[in-house]
Amino acid sequence: MNEALDGVLAPPLENGEAVFEAPWQGRVFGMAQALAAAGVFSWDDFRARLIVELAGRAPDGDGAFEYYAHFQRALERTLRELDVIPGGLLAARAAVLAARAADHDHAGHAHPHSHPHDHDHDHDHDHA
Amino acid sequence: MSDAGDSEREPSIRAEALEALLIERGLLTTADVDAVVEQYNERIGPLNGARVVARAWSDPAYRARLLEDGTAAIAELGFGGAQTDKLVVVPNTTTVHNLVVCTLCSCYPWAVLGLPPRWYKDPAYRSRAVREPRALLREFGLVLADHVEIRVWDSSAEVRYLVLPERPAPLAGLDEAALVAHVTRDAMIGVARP
Repeated sequence: MNEALDGVLAPPLENGEAVFEAPWQGRVFGMAQALAAAGVFSWDDFRARLIVELAGRAPDGDGAFEYYAHFQRALERTLRELDVIPGGLLAARAAVLAARAADHDHAGHAHPHSHPHDHDHDHDHDHA
Repeated sequence: MSDAGDSEREPSIRAEALEALLIERGLLTTADVDAVVEQYNERIGPLNGARVVARAWSDPAYRARLLEDGTAAIAELGFGGAQTDKLVVVPNTTTVHNLVVCTLCSCYPWAVLGLPPRWYKDPAYRSRAVREPRALLREFGLVLADHVEIRVWDSSAEVRYLVLPERPAPLAGLDEAALVAHVTRDAMIGVARP
């Protein structure tokens, strides 16, 4: 691991917890590490926002999904507040991608909690 | 969590959007992100599987249960959870070496190994594991004697496979906790030996 996240900031690694319950969790984790390594922001910039995000999490909802949902918000917030990726731009791009997904056969799968686990047949973007 | 509002898309869409924007700005590449994820999964994801193998090496009764019903045996250690897939554990012996592949896509014993490595999804690996496993394994650095039979297990959405490697003789004196460090992801896929 390049950057440390200790104590209450630590990802759910222990107790047999699966590391990433869905591919997007790996992507947001990887983006944060890669951006810090590239100097786009300092790890402390990100860490401070992660602390704020995690402080608001429900006491009994600390599985990987919850953790990475907070992690993702902290990453988005860091990039927004440092003027790297404005929030409006991200929302607009997400809307475009969501519209594309609705055109595919994934309409009706728009519930983030419906597929928290392994997508074996994640063929939606891989076969360009 | 209320993330169904108009302003907030589902996490996978937001992650994809963010990665695309960052790439377009030249701030990172897909490979940068892949590298972090891969490193992370290699080191931490397969730890669950390593614990399963270390237990089987240390406890013959557990080993028997693991081979009888892999799903139930990993659940004893708290692994698997909501995942309902059937896990079949295949033991290596002095005369049999097992190799896991998913010829159709990238089905993988996720609960015990984390996310699959990139090469596992590679079409070349998926086809050559079946067609010429001995040559493939040689390229991974694993040279098997001619008398060792290679059994190839094709994963599916319904059944996942985990290789139970043989415990190397020099590790005989180690306790379970110490053994964990010697069990690698690649050994549990079958492209290496511990």
